Amino acid sequence: MYGLALVKGLMVTFKNLTKKPFTVQYPEERLEQHPRFRGEEFAWYEERCTGCASCAKYCPLGIIRIETSPSETAIPQGDKYRLEVFDIQINRCMFCGLCVEACPYDALFMGSGFEQGRYSRKDMVITIDDLRNNEKHPSTFFRPQLEAQNYDPRSGQPVDWRQAGRESWQWHQREKAGMRISRPTPGDNGSNANTGTDGGTGDIA
Amino acid sequence: MNCAIGPDNILYDTALFREVYNFVGMVLPCWLSFLVAGLVIILILVNAVLLGAAGFSWLERRLIGKFQNRLGPNRWGPFGLLQPIADLIKLLFKEDLTPGTADRIVFFLVPIGMVAPVILMMAVVPFAKDTALANLNVGVLYILAVTSVTSIAIFMAGWSSNNRFALFGAARGVAVLISYEVPVVISLLGVVMVAGSMSLADVITAQTLPFIIVQPLAFFVFVAGTTAELNRTPFDMAEAESELIAGYHTEYSGIKFAMIQAAEFGGVMAGSAVITTLFLSGWEGPVDQWLGWLWFLLKTIAVATIFIWVRATFPRLRIDQLLAFAWKFLLPASLINLLAISLEVYFLRDAEGVLTRGDLGIMTGINIALFVACVLIFGNMVREKVRPAVPARTPTLPRGVTIVEGD
Repeated sequence: MYGLALVKGLMVTFKNLTKKPFTVQYPEERLEQHPRFRGEEFAWYEERCTGCASCAKYCPLGIIRIETSPSETAIPQGDKYRLEVFDIQINRCMFCGLCVEACPYDALFMGSGFEQGRYSRKDMVITIDDLRNNEKHPSTFFRPQLEAQNYDPRSGQPVDWRQAGRESWQWHQREKAGMRISRPTPGDNGSNANTGTDGGTGDIA
Repeated sequence: MNCAIGPDNILYDTALFREVYNFVGMVLPCWLSFLVAGLVIILILVNAVLLGAAGFSWLERRLIGKFQNRLGPNRWGPFGLLQPIADLIKLLFKEDLTPGTADRIVFFLVPIGMVAPVILMMAVVPFAKDTALANLNVGVLYILAVTSVTSIAIFMAGWSSNNRFALFGAARGVAVLISYEVPVVISLLGVVMVAGSMSLADVITAQTLPFIIVQPLAFFVFVAGTTAELNRTPFDMAEAESELIAGYHTEYSGIKFAMIQAAEFGGVMAGSAVITTLFLSGWEGPVDQWLGWLWFLLKTIAVATIFIWVRATFPRLRIDQLLAFAWKFLLPASLINLLAISLEVYFLRDAEGVLTRGDLGIMTGINIALFVACVLIFGNMVREKVRPAVPARTPTLPRGVTIVEGD
């Protein structure tokens, strides 16, 4: 019926009038953030970094610049290089996380923040001093050891390099020893541990 | 000095004017005190309209936000109440552009032509008992005449902008305004007939029962027609944003745009005030006559809320649907309303031509039945008929060629 449809439409909007608004008042309220969020402040642990520049090589945009020089302090302990420059031009970063995936020593983690807006492009470079001095709230992206601890980057304490865990290193060691590693997924009970992508490529070859 | 104005003066009924005039008349000469009292009233009226426009813009944005599960402006002032001021300051500081090829004089006159009818319309509306600026004995006619000026302003805007979208919007706006003027006028004839007067004060005193229930059909036609004349959704063809940028005010910016917006928002408030006066018994309320302004304000805001609700609900009509609604639905409905009201008035009135409350009750019963019947019958006429789907045409093949099925 013609008139009733109009009334029906009016009632639909009236029902929406009584509902709670969806709006999140951003600076005061925030949406809950996923712990795997790939944020801006990279968490870098200098104690683990060897200056291998894997991150710089894997970066598709080439925005990471690393310069090293030979170290004279503790060569017998393996401390062969001293990092002099570690610049990340954050203004061109697309947060793909490949640098974090490339790091063989779990030294680089994605951050959890998203509020690093600046007025100048010159300011949008994360220098080595920023990386050293920042409070480290690493995201759990590509770091299952953090996820296993139920670590929440936004509300948790800053994480020291000793607490951050070192899963990639163990993989690296096992891979060097000639083992085929497929990454365990959460909820996996170990029965199909070898049916990952690595196993698939092995079959084709 | 004795400067009393007699009952023959048009401003005699205005209590406010009389008070100011007598107060100022104690020190100033008569002609000057008349001027001062008039200016005081004009100041109050103009500011009331502009304040109403500001308040309505806030109310509309907040309520539409709520209807769409948003919050609406809430940052500046408590509940965002100062948002209209921020908007105004922003528009004041923007550059006041005039297109190089525009007709400068006409372009300049448009904002004035938009705002003036709105303010003029409020001149005859009584806010409380004896508080209209001028108690015209042709008040209803005056309102209809004054609101029509808007269509000229709209067309001036479209023509002088030298912009095709502005011209499209103006042409559509004028088509809509002319179409909807007819049913609106005819629906008001019923009101005037029952009230027995064209003066708005008399219309209010005649409403022992509010005319919204005595003449629901006239109310519906008038509200729909007013919505169209105010260029509001679902009848806002003149400024359809998705089609015509902004319609007739595409080229306006800065303070001129602010004035056009003020005229639109103020027009809704003025239209709501007129609807309140004509159909909701104006300043009459349940408690006290001295609170008349409060009842008037509350009713006006309620009517404005209905406009916002309608805007939040219905999508914009196509131009042919719009004109079909005017000529196929509103016009016959208003004519039937006119016929019914005239017959009822003819048979129910007593020797002095007065309609009692009981008479109005009888009219209410008949007219509500008529309202339902009219909506059903004419609504069915306006409805778009669903065309049967055209079967897909099979391609014609040259002679001797056949398509083998299942190949």
